[in-house]
Parts: sequence; C-alpha cells; structure tokens
Amino acid sequence: MIEFAHIEKSFFGVNVLKDVSLAVKPGQTVGLVGENGAGKSTLMNILGGNVRADAGEMRLDGQPYAPDSPRDAERAGIAFIHQELNLFSTLSIAENLFIGGFPRSRSWLPFINRRQMLQRTRSLLAEVNLPHAPDTLIERLSAGERQLVEIAKALALDARLIILDEPTTSLTARETERLFAILARLRARGLSLIYISHSLDHVLRLCDQIVVLRDGAVVANEPAVRFAMDRLVSLMVGREITQLFPPRAARPTKEVVLDVRDVAQPGIVRGIAFQLCRGEVLGLSGLMGAGRSELARILFGLDPCAAGDIRLEGESIRHLPASERIERGLAFLTEDRRAEGLCPEASIADNVTLVALPRLLRSWLGWLDRPRVAAEVRRMREAVKLTPTARDGQPVKTLSGGNQQKVVLAKWLLQEPKVFLLDEPTRGIDVGARYEVYRLIRQLAARGTGVLLISSEVEELLGMCDRILVMRGGAIRDTIEPHEFDRERILRAALHHGGLA
Amino acid sequence: MTSPIASHLGLRVLHQASLLLFAVVLVVFGMLSPAFLQTSNMVNILIQTSSTGILAVGMTFVLLTAGVDLSVGAIMFVAAAVGGKLILGGWAFGGVLAIMLGIGVLFGALNALFITRLAIMAFVVTLATRYFGRGLGLRITETRAMNLPESFYELGAARLLGVPVPVLIFAGVVLLAHLALTRTPFGRQVYAVGTDVEAARKAGINTGAVRFSVYAICGLCAAAAGIVALSQAPAVSPSFGNNREFMAIAAAVLGGTSLFGGRGAVFPGTVLGAVLIQTIENGLNVLNVNPYLYPLITSGVIFVAVLLDAIRSRVLAQANRRRIYTVAQPD
Repeated sequence: MIEFAHIEKSFFGVNVLKDVSLAVKPGQTVGLVGENGAGKSTLMNILGGNVRADAGEMRLDGQPYAPDSPRDAERAGIAFIHQELNLFSTLSIAENLFIGGFPRSRSWLPFINRRQMLQRTRSLLAEVNLPHAPDTLIERLSAGERQLVEIAKALALDARLIILDEPTTSLTARETERLFAILARLRARGLSLIYISHSLDHVLRLCDQIVVLRDGAVVANEPAVRFAMDRLVSLMVGREITQLFPPRAARPTKEVVLDVRDVAQPGIVRGIAFQLCRGEVLGLSGLMGAGRSELARILFGLDPCAAGDIRLEGESIRHLPASERIERGLAFLTEDRRAEGLCPEASIADNVTLVALPRLLRSWLGWLDRPRVAAEVRRMREAVKLTPTARDGQPVKTLSGGNQQKVVLAKWLLQEPKVFLLDEPTRGIDVGARYEVYRLIRQLAARGTGVLLISSEVEELLGMCDRILVMRGGAIRDTIEPHEFDRERILRAALHHGGLA
Repeated sequence: MTSPIASHLGLRVLHQASLLLFAVVLVVFGMLSPAFLQTSNMVNILIQTSSTGILAVGMTFVLLTAGVDLSVGAIMFVAAAVGGKLILGGWAFGGVLAIMLGIGVLFGALNALFITRLAIMAFVVTLATRYFGRGLGLRITETRAMNLPESFYELGAARLLGVPVPVLIFAGVVLLAHLALTRTPFGRQVYAVGTDVEAARKAGINTGAVRFSVYAICGLCAAAAGIVALSQAPAVSPSFGNNREFMAIAAAVLGGTSLFGGRGAVFPGTVLGAVLIQTIENGLNVLNVNPYLYPLITSGVIFVAVLLDAIRSRVLAQANRRRIYTVAQPD
C-alpha cells in the first residue's frame, strides 16, 4: 500500500538516507532495523509528515503521497506511535482518543456528545483488549496500557498503516505479550504495520518482512524467515571507517581515579560497578535509552543515587552536590549542548570562564580579575583551536555546532578536571571539529585525566577507547578489553544476543 | 524509591487539601466565636466571595493553559471607572453593564494578542496591562472616589427566590465555566494545551485560538467581578480592584489548579479555594483581629497554596518518571 522510491535526505551536508526504496503491502508487518543513526527515524519521519525528503517519492495505493504535516499523514490513514507517547496525562482515555475532533450532540450546541464518545471508546478499547472505563485518566495507566491507548487512537482515526517506534522498551514481559497479541489481531484485519525496534527477537517473531538499514541505505530487504539473529546483527554492523583518529600518546596508568561501586537508582540503573584510571579513556556503549546519560547524570550529582558509592581519588562523593564534585575535579559535557551545556545568549568569554570564575578573583572582595580572565580565555581558545574569526564577546549561539562544542570543552579544560564525563561529544558536528575533539580527549588523557566517553558510534569508541563498557536496561552487560575489540560483540551485548553478554 | 501506593495516598491527600483546610478553618473559627457559624454569617461569606470567586474562575481558565493574568484587578478598575462615569452621565443601567463587560473582553483580547501573536510571556504582558489599566482608571476617575447611584446597590441587595443576586451571578458563572471546561471540545482542549502545547499542536488543536480565548474569558470574568463588587459597595475608589489578581490566583491554586497548567477545575476546586480565602477573612473580622495582621495572614494563605502546588507537581513528576528497566524484565 505504501511505497518508497529512491528517497534521499541529508542534514547539514551529511547524507542520512541514500536511495532508499521499499514497499509495505496491505496486511503486512515490516520490521525496520539498524544501528542508532542508520536512518530509521528519518525515514519514518518522512512517512509521518514531520520531515520532507530531498529527493525521491512515496506512493500510497499507487497515488503520489507527500505529507506536509502529521495531520496530512493521519488523514491519509497513517498513524505514527512515537517512543515518547503523545498522550495528555490529565485527560481521560476517551478524551485522548477524540481530542482532534470530538463527536457533538447537536451541531448548533457546543457540547461534546459524551454518550457517543464513551460508546465508541468502549468499542475501541475492546479491540485493543484494555478493560478500563473510558473516563479513566491517562495518568492512572501503566506504560503498557498507555501504549494500547495510542493504538486505539490510531484505530479511532481509521488508520490503515501504523508505525511503531520501539514500542516495548518500557513494557514488562507480560505487557509485551499483550501488545503482540493485539498487533496480531490488527494484522489479521488487514492493517499494515511498520515495526522499528532494537529487540531483534521481537522483530523476528512479529514481522513478515525485515528491512535492514545501514548508514542510510537498505542493505537487506527479505522475508523474515530468511533471517536469523546472527545474520541480522552482521548486516547491521560493518560500517566503513571514514573517520581518522589521532594516535594514542600514552598507555593509561593503573592508578584508579574514579571508583564506582554498585551504584543503583531504582527504575534507572542497577549494579553499576567499574573503575576508571588516570589517563584512561573508558568507552560507554549502548543503545539509546540504555541508561548511559542517566548514569552520567548520577555520577555528576544531578540525579539522586539510591545505593552504592562513588569515589573520586579514594574519597566518597556520593552525597556531594554537583558544585562540590566540580570543585573536586569532575567535569561533564552533556548530550544536549544547546539546552544544557551552554548559555547561548552569553558571550564566548563568559561561557568559557563560567565554571572557573570563583578562581579568577582579584582579591577577597570578590572583584573579577579581568586581565586574567581575558588571558585565560585566550589560552583556552588556542588550546581548543576555536575559530579565530569569532570575537570573545560574540554570543555563542552564533557559532557553528563544532565551535560551540569547543567552547564547552574549553570551559571544562580550564578546570583541569581529574575525571571528564563526555556524553556524545561529537554529535552534530563536522568532521574537522570531530578530529579536534578527539585530539583534545587524547591530550587530556595524556595529562592524566580519566575520561568516560559515552557514544552511540561504535566506530568512535573503537578508535578512541582503552576499554569499552556496554550498557543495556540500566546495567553494564559487558566489559571489552582492547585485544577483544569487536563491533559485533558490542552490538550483541547492547542488543542482548549471542550469549556473550 | 517511594512506593507507588504511598505516592498515590499522598496524592489523594493533596487533592483534598483545600477541603481539609476548609474543615480546619470552620472548626477553629467556630470554636473561637459562636457568631461565626450562624447561617446569616455563612450567607454573608458567600456574598463576599462572589466577586473574588468570579475573578478566580476566569483566572482558572488562564492557569489551566499554564499562563497567568496579572491584569484582572486593573480590568475591574477600568470597567468600574467607565461604568461609573456613564451611570453618572445618565446612561441606562443595562447598557452600562454591557459596555463594562465589553471592556473586560477588550482588555483580555489585548493581552491575548500580545501573548499569542507576538509570543511575549504572559507574565510580562499582563504586568504591563496591569499598570496601563490602573493608570487609565486613575485618569478616568481623576484619582477621586466616585459614588454611584442606587442602581448598583439595588442589584446587590436584590434576592431571587431568597438567594442574593451576587451569589446567583457567581453560581451562574461557575455553572457556565464548569460546563465549558468539562463538556465542550474547547474546554478539553484548554487542558490539552496546558499539559503539552507541542502535543496539542500535533493533535491538530488550534493552540493560538485556545490561548486567545482563555484571556478573553478571563477579561470578561474580571469585568463581571467588577460589577458584582460595585453591587456590594457602590463606589469606585482609586484602589478599586487593587491586588485582587493575587487573591484570584491564590483561590484557584488553593482549589487545586496547578500553576504549571493542565490540572485543576472550576468546580469544586476554584470555588472552594475562593470560599476558603473569604472564610478566613470573615473569621478574622468576626474575631476582631487587628486588620494590620490581614496582609500577613493573606501572605500565609498564598504561600500555602503555592507550596501545595509545588509538592503536588513533584509527587506527580516522581510518579510519572520514565523507566529504563522494569523489575519483571530479565537481567
């Protein structure tokens, strides 16, 4: 019923989708698999009307189809159920199903026809096997039940194609079974499904056809019976190495600087234990939602830590606030630099010196030592090779992504951190700036800083790290030493397959 | 981790907080003064509540969209000042009332225009219109108190089927607002916009129109509150309506409406909050408490209201936190 033909898309000069063609037949369930960044989301966003393709076309029942908005897609009978659900928690189930167009009692009265709404909701809820009253508030439902409400919402729109993006990540095993039973029923009724997931066993169980994306291109598109877990994994990996990494200067020491002992926070992470040595670059791999960023936030003191201990140079910092952890030598480059890592309106100089200000005072009175501030800014700009055309007083929001990231790095380098937590430091920056970031990481390690590098790019971890930890479901599943470095092993541990975990 | 059951219990208590407070207030004042619990005094409290109550109903619409309107006291003032001038100039009573209500809507629309079209923060826009309104009102009244003829007073003293007219107007406003919020598409969209504007837009809701309407409704309610206030004390003083916006916000929040949007109700929530605030003031009156203490007690009430909202939001955020793994999931 839907056909993609030669779809192309690039973001900031990076080719995200290359000549993607595939088709979904009526009543068919197509699984879409690929590593983070393989292009799955972009492809589905094009189908769902959130993004427009640069080239190529889509055909719906043979007719050209080019949605401008999610509403267009809905009208065409395509419903997109995102990983982050789009429900209003303070409204009832029924109201959520009909929020876009309530049934009216009489056209001249402004009132909702509650009887009709509740009745239709009841029958929709019966279709998804959800035994709740239609006026139950969404906030009363579990994650799995909310997922079913989303499906009911799609049915309320008379959707013929439903896209499910990682529907099982926050579901319990029983909820997952329930979801699958319902999906099987919908399929029997002739609905088409596109199922995106990293849970390969689910994909193999559920889908008729499986499409594997790698680096924005389709590398396999075959009936599900022709795949086995092993083959899927090897198809997903095998990206070419396009990035160069600066050479390793020194071997890490054996001197532990950060000692994490059985750290746990219910529902978030569990049993996290590892040691980070001076001069070591420790990689942290895992899929999105595995708990990597959450762990970094806990280590840095932004989120609570219910159990275990965190020791920096032998001293427990578990109960210290983030400000004191910074004082003791912890630094954290966050995943979302615009929202969390920078003050976008403030100048380069202000951003670079933000953390270090208390040390740059003239006297006990607390006046800033402005010449020294300026000197430090100059020194840091050179260290990170920030673009020389930018003035110190220029707002950082006017800089390119790569230069913005350099400003964040400069801010923390000025602290001469003992432990540096880096969360996706090269996301969204160009190749040249990437190399600079890698060079700085090496430099830091050579000076004895312990680096924890979180990255979704396995390539980056293999090229930069002395050791790699793999997280899944809030726990560390594998520790990989350099002589065992292997893309497939990382992916297997992250996906939970092959018995190596 | 707090167990889900404990947090559910906590939420139950928080949801009923205003009712519990109300019971405490009634018992305490009742014990301190027998006159307080008499029927005539209770009716009095209701009459005194009506003006602030109507104001708070309008405010609830705005708060539900995660907005705020600091200009309602000033709108009351401008509407009353213009209405007073016209009445003294010999205009017909009914026409004057209509014009006053029109002024309210106009002010609300002005706020809405800046907030929705120019995307300026509601807090800043309505703070500006608040000063604009007060300045305009002072200019119209030439900073003198204006005593109005009988017509307003008659409105306040009149009874229909034994119920005082101000209370009837209040009840009417509450009924309409309650129906609009719970039974019409518009009302449910108000909640949706307050819960998550982005999701609301994705669901095809005209979020601009919804937000525009709530400020217009709030302005209309402010003018109506002005009319009811005049019916009880038919004079427009330079301080008419001053700082009433804060009582309105406090009433709504005490009644369970969240400053963060999406959560709350006119009935029983806001009504209960407004009655609670008025009851405290009335009780202090009956007990002859030093009037200079009122502001302190009012500040205490506002603080409690906002504190309750903050605690409620935190408990809810904790209950809705995203899970990475579930206990049932195998290791």
